[in-house]
Amino acid sequence: MTRLIHHNGGWAIWVSFGAALVLTMLPLPHWAELYRPEWAAMVLIYWCMALPARVGVATAWSLGLLLDVVRGSLLGQYALALTLIAWVTSQLHQRLRVYPLWQQALVVLMLVAMEQMLVLWVKGIIGEPPESWLYWMPALTSMLLWPWIFLVLRDVRRKFRVS
Amino acid sequence: MTVDHRQNHLEAIRAGLSVVVSPLQYLANLPAQAANWASESLATHTRLVDENRTLKQKQLLLEAKLQKFDALESENARLRELMHSPKKVAERMLIGELLAVDLDPFKRTVLLNKGRRDGVYEGQPLLDARGVMGQVIHTSSWTSTAMLITDPSHAIPVQINRNGLRAIALGTGGADVLEVPHIPNNADVHEGDLLVTSGLGQRFPPGYPVAWIKRVEKDLSAPYARITAEPTADLEKIREVLLVWLRSEEEAQ
Repeated sequence: MTRLIHHNGGWAIWVSFGAALVLTMLPLPHWAELYRPEWAAMVLIYWCMALPARVGVATAWSLGLLLDVVRGSLLGQYALALTLIAWVTSQLHQRLRVYPLWQQALVVLMLVAMEQMLVLWVKGIIGEPPESWLYWMPALTSMLLWPWIFLVLRDVRRKFRVS
Repeated sequence: MTVDHRQNHLEAIRAGLSVVVSPLQYLANLPAQAANWASESLATHTRLVDENRTLKQKQLLLEAKLQKFDALESENARLRELMHSPKKVAERMLIGELLAVDLDPFKRTVLLNKGRRDGVYEGQPLLDARGVMGQVIHTSSWTSTAMLITDPSHAIPVQINRNGLRAIALGTGGADVLEVPHIPNNADVHEGDLLVTSGLGQRFPPGYPVAWIKRVEKDLSAPYARITAEPTADLEKIREVLLVWLRSEEEAQ
């Protein structure tokens, strides 16, 4: 008996997550730190959109835990946020796929802003709220970078036949 | 999340996950390390000679100071014996290096290349050549995360070196600013006073410099004076730090 669905190239997904985590902590000049896009969230959104059967809430949760360790934040803070992103994206994946790139970018803006909102709530509850409006800049830079991320990851997916 | 915030049960899980993450962290550190290596190996001969000369002079000065220090230390020990007070805790030190890795931009935390395998423990004080830098908050096998004294959730018990007035210095999240709250308007505090660790709270060794008082605003309508201070340690530029073992070895295990 052959299996109907054959998964392929899972390592490419994990390598892209690893790259996203490295980009998350790569040192930047001080002024640029606040504009750092949410790499992990963007890569997660892409895979949830392209392969919703493969990358879902569980993957998002483990990626989020790793992100928590990377950022040194409260364990579960980003896990919760990324889980929500993954859920929303996989709900919308069919619609997202037919959107033009700029419209996708707007959705990414919303999703990343949602992630940050959740993180902000948690930070507010434990008493360390960021005091600057620049806190929201990553959502904007993520939106601006989305078309490139999308094209790069699409090429990766096609090249390594990730399915 | 609540469990992690209120208690420390999840520290083991965090440490386990850190082992997965630390190769990535070292990877992210690579470009900075390469640049450092390149600047070291491409340095000109004359510059190295110059540097060597200044370092030698500095060492001579420090050694001269140290001679006096030895005499003072033995004198101190003798006086303490006379007064029957306990001797000072012996301190062990280790040099750690910061990894060029960015953590949360809204906190003041840094990543060190020493971890539990080197004996680093949570709450361990961190110094540099000029003063207290912060303390370790998470440890894993190969790396550890430290919070600087400027982090908004950090507080350190201090006293004014001149008159022994005790206070607490809070981090503000700003790069070089500490706040000293709850000092009455009529207290004897002046700009330029040195704050040293008081050793209360048993976390930091007593007597290390923390900050200079930068500004004292005495507002008579407010209950307390508004005092800001500037850390003596070079928090934003330093690469090497000193990890201090305050407790005895058995206790740290």
